[in-house]
Amino acid sequence: MKLYDGGKIIAGIVVFLIVASVPFWYGRGKAVSPPDLKLDTPAIERLKEKLCVEPAPYMRANHMKLLSAWRESVVREGNRSYKATDGKVYKISLTGTCLECHSNKDKFCDRCHDYAGAKPACWNCHIIPEEVR
Amino acid sequence: MAPTRREFLKIAGVSAVGLVLPPLATLTGAQAGMPAAGGVSQTAPGPLPALRAKRWAMAVDAGKCPPGCRDCITACHLAHNVPDFGNAKDDVHWIGLERVDHVFPAEIHSRLPESFKRLSVPVLCNHCENPPCVRVCPTQATFQRADGIVMMDYHRCIGCRFCMAACPYGSRSMNYRDPRPFIPKINADFPTRTRGVVEKCNFCEEGLARGILPACVTICKEKALVFGDLEDPGSDVRRLLDGRFSIRRRPDLGTGPQVYYLL
Repeated sequence: MKLYDGGKIIAGIVVFLIVASVPFWYGRGKAVSPPDLKLDTPAIERLKEKLCVEPAPYMRANHMKLLSAWRESVVREGNRSYKATDGKVYKISLTGTCLECHSNKDKFCDRCHDYAGAKPACWNCHIIPEEVR
Repeated sequence: MAPTRREFLKIAGVSAVGLVLPPLATLTGAQAGMPAAGGVSQTAPGPLPALRAKRWAMAVDAGKCPPGCRDCITACHLAHNVPDFGNAKDDVHWIGLERVDHVFPAEIHSRLPESFKRLSVPVLCNHCENPPCVRVCPTQATFQRADGIVMMDYHRCIGCRFCMAACPYGSRSMNYRDPRPFIPKINADFPTRTRGVVEKCNFCEEGLARGILPACVTICKEKALVFGDLEDPGSDVRRLLDGRFSIRRRPDLGTGPQVYYLL
């Protein structure tokens, strides 16, 4: 089998591989540091026990599922209170309950979402209280 | 072989017990299951207990509306972050004023005084018994609650506008543009909408949960808007409807509107 214009083809493949792998070479050895999340808002400082509605590891992994369940509960079932696993009852409200403690959305929610490349659409409609005030 | 008298009595006795038992079982089941299903009142998320009804409805005593008054519209649109785009093409409204001859086209005839035809009456979502908007919604973003409120789940709305085509009352508006910059004063207690969703009156469902009557009703100085439970004979709305003649918008369409007009 004869490869016509072999030199050009192989050179082209080599150039393509170099260009395609540039991002990997460029970023080699540089690790993006995990986000620095701030939990020092006034509302959290005031809490005796610094606990979220559910334990932190659960919230870290499942807050989106919890928020989705909250949404269904309020909008479709008209139920506005949430009984946590420890028995405490919370008012279901993204702006009123979540953001009351996490009033530093840009240093808490956004930092991690940016890091993870998540783009939640919550804030297209839901209001960030500090922006309105 | 025909049963003996003794056998017949036995069967009759067992059947009687069987007839009584199923309703009892469903009753106790319903009571046990109620807090979870209805989401009723474990702790009301507000100072006042939530208002509940079998069938929410509104009566509009249009004769009491002073000419030019727009209090109900202002109060509603402020409470719900309804944008004002400043042009009729993009108009978004939850409640509005409309001329009588436009609201009740079938009732109008040439012998009615012009002053009556030009009378403005408040128009809002009728929270129909048989809502066509719910039927056409492909994502079930619009749905009917057990208490009759026709609600929107804005999370699910894809902006197809089938509901706008289906609603014979023009009660629904589309956000053709991002509404945020066009909201005169944002109320932080209620979300805004986003571009590409339809919106409409929700009978102040968020207020009822906190024990507050709808914004348009509470703001009305003339008490022209009356709100209550149609199934409760003692409610304001029932007392008004029991005592006077009332009409509804386009009842011939079979939608069963729940906003009653006293003219």
